[in-house]
Amino acid sequence: MLGFTTIKLLRALLTLWAVMTFAFVFMRLTGDPARELLPDNATEEVVALFRARWGLDRPLWEQYLAYAGNLLHGDFGRSLANGREALTVVLERLPATLTLTGCAFALVLAIGVPGGVLAALNRGRSLDRIAMLICSLGYSLPNFVLGVGLIFVFAVGLRWLPSSGSATPAHLILPVATLGLSGAAVVARFTRAAVLEVLQQPYVRAAIASGESRHAAIVNHVLPNAAIPIVTIIGFSLGGLVGGSIIVEQVFGWPGIGRLLVEVVGLRDLAVVQALVMLFAASMTAANLAVDLAYGLLNPKIRRAA
Amino acid sequence: MSANPADIARPAIGLRWPTLPPVAVAVSLAWIALVVAVAVIAPLIAPYDYAEQQPLLRLRPPALLGHDNPFLLGSDHLGRDVLSRTLYGVRFSIVVALFGTLLGAFIGISLGMLAARLRGWWEESIMMLVDMQASLPFIVLAITAVAFFGKSFWLLVLIVGFAGWERYARLTRGLVLDAETAGYANAVRVLGGSSWRIYLRHILPNIVSALIVQMTINFPEIILLETGLSFLGLGVQPPLTSLGLLVSESRNYIALAWWMAAVPGAVIVLTTLSISLIGDWLRDMADSRLR
Repeated sequence: MLGFTTIKLLRALLTLWAVMTFAFVFMRLTGDPARELLPDNATEEVVALFRARWGLDRPLWEQYLAYAGNLLHGDFGRSLANGREALTVVLERLPATLTLTGCAFALVLAIGVPGGVLAALNRGRSLDRIAMLICSLGYSLPNFVLGVGLIFVFAVGLRWLPSSGSATPAHLILPVATLGLSGAAVVARFTRAAVLEVLQQPYVRAAIASGESRHAAIVNHVLPNAAIPIVTIIGFSLGGLVGGSIIVEQVFGWPGIGRLLVEVVGLRDLAVVQALVMLFAASMTAANLAVDLAYGLLNPKIRRAA
Repeated sequence: MSANPADIARPAIGLRWPTLPPVAVAVSLAWIALVVAVAVIAPLIAPYDYAEQQPLLRLRPPALLGHDNPFLLGSDHLGRDVLSRTLYGVRFSIVVALFGTLLGAFIGISLGMLAARLRGWWEESIMMLVDMQASLPFIVLAITAVAFFGKSFWLLVLIVGFAGWERYARLTRGLVLDAETAGYANAVRVLGGSSWRIYLRHILPNIVSALIVQMTINFPEIILLETGLSFLGLGVQPPLTSLGLLVSESRNYIALAWWMAAVPGAVIVLTTLSISLIGDWLRDMADSRLR
């Protein structure tokens, strides 16, 4: 298990390093932040001074080595826009996003997994058909359309809930519902497919033939064996939530890192964008890593093969 | 309770879906045909120019619901016809999604084949790129790219084209490696066929059905990505419009003019839903290993 974990961990670090390098080179090749941040009538001397101040006049590889070196000390650089530490700027917006995605993830688990299992066990009956119809609708409904629709019904029409901001817990309800429901639809669909797949296996039939009750067969044989594909799709859905939160935060004026990203890319605030990109990559990589490790725990075969 | 084997292990035939009513698929196909037709002839059928403003007729409700005004589906905050703008929005969104899907498929299939053909370091590097792409929510990359390169039609196509290429690459590589071991590839090789010939004339036709199914999964996602980017203001530039931009514009007027959001929103949902239904149906017809 230790070797398995080490290999996966090294791969994750390698991926993060590649994302960091790519983002660094990409952002510095695509435009001059000095031109974006300084007023249009700034003189050449001012521009040159700005570049020298931020080290933008040095060769790219030198900038890269300096950045990578600082990164190892946990230094993500400073915001070009206001000189504050990039990491601080990002971290103060992080709790809002974590609250949003965390609650949405709980909603995904609470609805998606049981929904999918129930649909599979009632395959072909009306419960299954209705559940799957709702799922395809949820799958096709973009976050922002669902969000605007929920605002229309619950904020404008019924006046039950606030439409924008983050002042009270009630502000959390609509964004979490928007983000969580679409994720739940995807998870329910895949859970249903995974459970159906296992239901067909001979060992399930054997268990029932040997006198186990339907309930016991499901709990002892079907669910443990369906767990691996279900864990995979839950891992993927975490990535979907992270991406989806960017748009949902915009719809509901939620002050998280998604809105921060949209704000700072417009300013070409290199250090903050870089820190955000790495944070997104790190959370996705961590989710993938957690899925891989969960595989190892759930299925000894995989652990030994690696 | 005594267990009934037939009850717990009903054979799964239509794998993702309870046997799909063909009616739903037929309706979906009809809707997609309509959407494509609208994309082609939007300028001919739109009752107004998409940018024409009538400041005295702002936020008018749909005439279709019996209101007395010249706009069949209402007007927006600048007195523009919602129907005409939606028709043009369909045109833009569909064209971008179509180009994007084809580009993504082309990049992914080519790289997947290269990985399977060259093996070794090339394969490792390509798969590393695949991992990298999979490790970042694509919209982060897209937002950064648009903000840094500026907004333009072809940039948007390029960006949505890069969404999902990694899944084609992974799928193609797997399928090609699989096909390599099948007898026919070897037979052609023994007969002196070049790699080029084996890949394009023999393996590609054999794996194309799986790739088409992947495209039906990818296409709605690209529509959602493009509309999402436009919603964030990173897609098309006004007054040009797309379905996402229309929903975005409607946000501030939701209490006054629900039709501004409902019309383009419904078009997006019906389109992505139709393609998913068609895709599920295709997948059920293709063999089970594609799931």
